[in-house]
Amino acid sequence: MTVTRGWERGRAVAHPPPGIGDNGGVSLYRDEGVVLRTRKLGEADRIVTLLTRRTGLVRAVGKGVRRTKSRFGARLEPFTHVDLQLYTGRTLDVITQADTLHAYGTPIVADYARYTAGTAMLETAEKIVIVEKDPALRQFLLLIGGLRTLGGNEHDPRLVLDAYLLRSLAVAGYAPALDECARCGSHGIQRSFAVHAGGAVCSVCRPAGSASPAPDTLRLMVALLRGDWAGADASEERHRTECSGLVAAYLQWHLENGIRSLRLVERS
Amino acid sequence: MYEGAVQNLIDELGRLPGVGPKSAQRIAFHLLSAETADVKRLVNALVEVKERVRFCAICGNVAEETECRICRDPRRDAAVICVVEESKDVVAIERTREFRGRYHVLGGAISPIEGVGPDDLRIKELMTRLSDGQITELILATDPNLEGEATATYLARLVKPMGLKVTRLASGLPVGGDLEYADEVTLGRAFEGRRSLEF
Ligand SMILES: [Zn+2]
Ligand SMILES: [Zn+2]
Repeated sequence: MTVTRGWERGRAVAHPPPGIGDNGGVSLYRDEGVVLRTRKLGEADRIVTLLTRRTGLVRAVGKGVRRTKSRFGARLEPFTHVDLQLYTGRTLDVITQADTLHAYGTPIVADYARYTAGTAMLETAEKIVIVEKDPALRQFLLLIGGLRTLGGNEHDPRLVLDAYLLRSLAVAGYAPALDECARCGSHGIQRSFAVHAGGAVCSVCRPAGSASPAPDTLRLMVALLRGDWAGADASEERHRTECSGLVAAYLQWHLENGIRSLRLVERS
Repeated sequence: MYEGAVQNLIDELGRLPGVGPKSAQRIAFHLLSAETADVKRLVNALVEVKERVRFCAICGNVAEETECRICRDPRRDAAVICVVEESKDVVAIERTREFRGRYHVLGGAISPIEGVGPDDLRIKELMTRLSDGQITELILATDPNLEGEATATYLARLVKPMGLKVTRLASGLPVGGDLEYADEVTLGRAFEGRRSLEF
């Protein structure tokens, strides 16, 4: 086996030293996480980005996972919820063991609309957490719940995605105002929506260029944010489309247009 | 850091896929100590590949003429198309000597997170080929990973109205391996795609 080549600023990362457990400066840890993204590294390795339960966002190397004989390969694919053992490397952590807890990818990839919605969820999770190794338990639980719902195929994938995006924004502290005015706080469903004003706005506060969504669209957004699936499932097609547009614009504004996969989400 | 020309070479080599800074350095010093004639041959091969090789107008495979060797071969079955991601997949399938139809090279797989959507692949060209009525079977041989599966799912849905026979390569256990070492996803697929044994 060849020595793994360096991938950042020419630094090489060594294999786990033989002295694991006798405190040779290597820290081994265990966590569970969802694979968000993978990137090829060298001949047979992969850099895997995960959102973990305890550690938060982790970027780690899976060695030899692209070889057909690797037991890890299938487990370190996006959407997979894995139980992991890692050791802290100099630049990136290294995965030494991975076991599947839930293969959410199997039902998701079987349907293209579900797949594009799911991919946008994974990318959002990565971009909204941003900071590595800063615990983000609520984002982790939200993602697991979202992927489970998406794979369960009981609701329109677009609704599952928008519910996830709204709640993920809320957890990050960016919840849009939906049934009150973002500026003056007056209660009730408002007539206008302005991304940069923080959500719904009343007719007095409405800045120039605000959108004028249907009241039912805002009601749908409220239902999605609260997890009222009966209400959301009963919504009409045109309100779902309008809702997706508003949620996407709001998300992109907060994440500085950082979500590439949103463009490819099926909106039919 | 090395003097100009050497560092230049290391930087260029380091941009190749699968070559890290250490390998780039090793290759650079290997070339430095190699015979001039050997290095010239390598240079010629590089220049030639860029000058002579292009992509087949029909299937997108690498070709030295307008059409590739396989598309020009009248013995190949024109009714069956095998869809792959890259030209190197054509080579891999040709090695099996199992397939006598023709290919379609997509140029990658759908990867929303990398910004690669259906319009960025040679899918329109595939649809044009399929519309001539000569093709009756489509084999989806995209990679057995998530993006390859998603691409196959997309294509299957797209061609459904055309009423072709659409098949996906089976995923299964590596020949020569032990069952107990298979991961659960692969083993699950192998169960799904099991075939009957008839005596
Ligand atoms: Zn107001
Ligand atoms: Zn060809």
